[in-house]
Amino acid sequence: MLDVGRHPNISLMAYSEIEKVEGHEGNFTVTVRRKKRYVDEAKCTGCGACAEKCPTSVPDAFNTGLGTRKAIYSYFAQGIPSTHTIDPDFCRQLNGKKCGICQKTCQADAIDFDQEDKIVELDVAGIIIAAGYDVFDPSQIPEYRYSELPNVLTALEFERLLSASGPTDGHLDLPSDRAVEAEIKALEKKIGKSKRMLEKFEKKFDESSKQFYEKYNKGDYSDDKDRKKWADKYAEYLAIMEPLEDLKKKAESFTTAKRLAFIQCVGSRDFRFYPFCSGYCCMHSIKEAIIAHEHENETTSRIFGMDIRAIGKGFEEYKIRGGNNSNITYVRGRVGEISQGPNNNPVVTYEDTHERLVKSQEFDMVILATACVPTIGIIELAKILGVELDKYNFIKTSPFSPVDTNVPGIFACGCAGAPMDVPESVAQASSAAERAAEIAIQLRQVQNVQF
Amino acid sequence: MPENRDNDVRIGVFICHCGSNIAGYLEMETLAEYTETLPNVTFVQRNLYTCSEGGINEIKKAIKEQNVTRVVVASCTPRTHGPLFMSSCGEAGLHPYLFEMVNIRDQCSWVHMQLKEDGTTKAKDLIRMGVAKAALLEPQEPIMSDVQLRALVIGGGIAGMTATLALANRGYEVVLVEKQEALGGMLNRLNKLGPVMTDASGFIEGITEKITQHPKITAFTNSQVTEVQGFIGKYKVDIETESKTRNIDIGVIIVATGGRVFVPDGLYGYDGKKVVTQLEMEQLLKKGLDSNIKNVVMIQCAGSRNEERPYCSRICCQTAVKNAMLIKEQIPDARVSILYRDMQMYGVENEEMFRDSKAKGIRYMNYDPEKPPEVKPVAKSVQVSVYHSLLGQELTLPADLVVLSTPVVAQEDAVATSHLLRIPVDENGFFLEGHVKLKPLDFATDGVYLCGSARFPANIREAVAQGLGAASRASIPLSKGSVVVEPIISVLTNEEACRGCGLCVALCPYSALEIQNTEKGRKVHVIDVACKGCGVCAATCYQHALSINSFTDQQLEAQIDAFLEVS
Ligand SMILES: Cc1cc2nc3c(=O)[nH]c(=O)nc-3n(C[C@H](O)[C@H](O)[C@H](O)COP(=O)(O)OP(=O)(O)OC[C@H]3O[C@@H](n4cnc5c(N)ncnc54)[C@H](O)[C@@H]3O)c2cc1C
Ligand SMILES: Cc1cc2nc3c(=O)[nH]c(=O)nc-3n(C[C@H](O)[C@H](O)[C@H](O)COP(=O)(O)OP(=O)(O)OC[C@H]3O[C@@H](n4cnc5c(N)ncnc54)[C@H](O)[C@@H]3O)c2cc1C
Ligand code: SF4
Repeated sequence: MLDVGRHPNISLMAYSEIEKVEGHEGNFTVTVRRKKRYVDEAKCTGCGACAEKCPTSVPDAFNTGLGTRKAIYSYFAQGIPSTHTIDPDFCRQLNGKKCGICQKTCQADAIDFDQEDKIVELDVAGIIIAAGYDVFDPSQIPEYRYSELPNVLTALEFERLLSASGPTDGHLDLPSDRAVEAEIKALEKKIGKSKRMLEKFEKKFDESSKQFYEKYNKGDYSDDKDRKKWADKYAEYLAIMEPLEDLKKKAESFTTAKRLAFIQCVGSRDFRFYPFCSGYCCMHSIKEAIIAHEHENETTSRIFGMDIRAIGKGFEEYKIRGGNNSNITYVRGRVGEISQGPNNNPVVTYEDTHERLVKSQEFDMVILATACVPTIGIIELAKILGVELDKYNFIKTSPFSPVDTNVPGIFACGCAGAPMDVPESVAQASSAAERAAEIAIQLRQVQNVQF
Repeated sequence: MPENRDNDVRIGVFICHCGSNIAGYLEMETLAEYTETLPNVTFVQRNLYTCSEGGINEIKKAIKEQNVTRVVVASCTPRTHGPLFMSSCGEAGLHPYLFEMVNIRDQCSWVHMQLKEDGTTKAKDLIRMGVAKAALLEPQEPIMSDVQLRALVIGGGIAGMTATLALANRGYEVVLVEKQEALGGMLNRLNKLGPVMTDASGFIEGITEKITQHPKITAFTNSQVTEVQGFIGKYKVDIETESKTRNIDIGVIIVATGGRVFVPDGLYGYDGKKVVTQLEMEQLLKKGLDSNIKNVVMIQCAGSRNEERPYCSRICCQTAVKNAMLIKEQIPDARVSILYRDMQMYGVENEEMFRDSKAKGIRYMNYDPEKPPEVKPVAKSVQVSVYHSLLGQELTLPADLVVLSTPVVAQEDAVATSHLLRIPVDENGFFLEGHVKLKPLDFATDGVYLCGSARFPANIREAVAQGLGAASRASIPLSKGSVVVEPIISVLTNEEACRGCGLCVALCPYSALEIQNTEKGRKVHVIDVACKGCGVCAATCYQHALSINSFTDQQLEAQIDAFLEVS
């Protein structure tokens, strides 16, 4: 990523979209909309002081909503460019409230609340589409209850939990527990406020709230207005304290997830959604199970799938190693249902096709290997570029010219063309670069154009 | 302690948190405070991510504003991040080789996750040693060398032919060497190409014609590379052709030697007649099947995914499905059963072919590798018995033909090729790329690239993509016309001492040393562009005549002294 950001021949336009493409192979004019960040790219050093001070917390999209970020943010810590962006949906200043804290904090004077989108025109010889993929939304599968059961996650969410720089510092904290912890935090904040209020009264009347309250309840001070207020506040305090104590007690028994279920082909190889195989998900489930075991060696994982497609270099060996060394068992079968068990533990009901039995098993966490689906916006992008899509909306190519689209001079690589893993995407990226270079060279020979 | 403590050694140390990768497991504040007390250190800073744009700017700022003359970054591994920090120093006006990196992530926080105190102590040791070395660093100038604008492609299968055409279309001369008498590789022996079912022969003819007519391409068939000397940009290659041996100057080399199909001697009653491989099946289909064939059984993973060959050969399931459908096309009422472990029909096109085949009536039966199918001859045909693990029943299938899906295995001469080019092979005999995820088409050795089944079994879509990709990688030195090599190499620092014994020459894994006759007698000479700075020679030389730039005896001794100082 950094190499891309630093290469003298690359101008990186992040947070930008293609609006229009005209011309033909060797001579395209591309109109790019550079979306407003409310931050001057030339001035911002990416120091992050603004985000530290910004008072508005927002669910963090990069961490799949599992953590929070601020209304002014950089997409993720190592992101390139490190230029920060203000989220106009949440920023107080942009929503008519008084704030501007980031502007006051920024030493580089980079904040610009009046920034507008910029339209840029580029002259290029060739175009490479590397728009990638999105993951399938599993809430479309009612029997998996993804939106109802807190401890059913997608593999992408799980990836963030496993990440040392993710929302849980790499610990497999259960989302249901994290929700309780968030509640505790919120209540503690309230309690703090309430305590400070009570302290004022205690100072004024030189008596502890508890003692006072006992007397008050016996009927003392019945017509003291100030003391009535005190009593009300103390009642409020107790009303928060009780559930807080309960939750805290509950939280004492929280542990990390140790029994994991991975469910393959969620949305893939499924006629209701996407009939194709997403190619890489068997491997990422095995990888995630191995990493989870590395973090805590009591972790056990079961991977439920029809075929385990370990088809790359070293993959079958990795799969077997996972089984031998990382407590992974592979179950051949499709999962019919995920339901709520005790303590928010999901229960997986599946057919074990080798034993020809329908079984149920309780887990701490269930991870869904969701399908690789065409990226949002690919239809519009294809229209702008004039490229043909296949019936699933991946960019259409032929096996004999795997990175050429139907439009000469426009190429595609990676998951934009079909689901594939990283090494294949990298290899295809080099292929697309090769094809684009061929165009540029031929142009130089024919028209004597200098680059 | 190092003597070189003149006034301009001002060391700036950047300690990276790597988010919580490091900061979560080490005492960062203690570490920074400690670092401030080290000799020559004039500036210490902690960063959330030193490699982020913000972190890099901090390094540059320290060079410019704090007048730091040596930079030490204590963070992750120099393998991924060293070059970035070095060039950043360069951009800020500090010589890039006045930079030293200390790995407190992989070597401290990761391996001593549960031991915060000990991990921190070790990080202190490492930083102290890095600082001691940094004080003695000296600028090094990068080495430049010209590149011969001609590529060699070894192997004329679809991957090699694609790479050849791509480079030729870019205007480079390409020499293509094929061992067999014709170009085309495995495709010459195939019938129809899935998933589109194009005729293999027509497809190959089209490409072969483009190759033979291209003015930039010289293709040698029935030929072999017998000797490769030199290094990126300047290879001297001997090619034994039908008529004579030629010696050609080459700039870059692409390995596209493909694979061969495993011959299942002794497996499942293989006889090449009633029990054949998928490759033989291709020929049978091409000729047209005997219409008496009514029952065909295919057995997947014949000779793969076992102890001897643990890998899945990726393409045999697609081949089986393709051929099963082609059988149905020729003999619509034939019963075709495929006995499988996992059907590896990954991706969009394969899965679609898999579905179509089921609609056409191909039957799939899951077998357990613990109870593999058995093939027995009966009368004029054979019989396959299999424990169908989904039905839980032993089945007996009559078969007029049994087809074994055997894996693609490495070429017999792959090891010889690997020695010739000084590139590694993996445990299965396929060539081992530079990085399995991020550098699939490069080797660790610069100037040599990889594509197709020589890397790992691939279908045509993948082999073509890799052929184009390898051409792209190889075109980088060609288009620059020169290579710039890292100057961390071996140097003959004490020519007097060298006796020209040649011990180092024999041990150098990169052929970067040679003995020359000089006025002062036999002396070793370092081919700087070929040297990788591994240090084998410096460690071997009993005369201490050779030394590695940036890893001199003096620098290493300073590090060791610094370590012993406290421990
Ligand atoms: C949970 C999970 C784990 C995985 N683990 C692994 C693994 O361990 N190993 C492995 O090899 N593979 C893994 N993969 C697969 C891997 O993610 C893909 O192979 C890889 O990301 C494909 O790269 P890409 O560049 O094609 O697409 P992407 O990574 O999707 O990148 C596409 C980029 O294009 C941008 N974009 C989209 N539309 C537009 C537009 N209209 N204009 C401008 N920009 C646009 C997107 O914002 C995005 O940045 C995993 C996948 C998942 C879901
Ligand atoms: C039975 C079978 C059926 C298949 N069917 C299909 C299909 O329908 N669709 C599909 O997409 N794919 C199919 N494939 C896969 C396809 O064959 C490969 O994708 C393709 O052959 C890979 O090309 P390659 O150039 O990497 O290797 P190869 O085709 O193996 O070519 C390598 C070439 O290098 C030469 N060579 C080797 N060593 C040397 C040396 N030392 N010096 C000089 N030359 C050397 C060889 O002689 C050969 O010509 C099938 C494979 C098999 C086995
Ligand atoms: S592709 Fe199919 S037949 Fe070949 S090794 Fe893999 S699973 Fe076995």
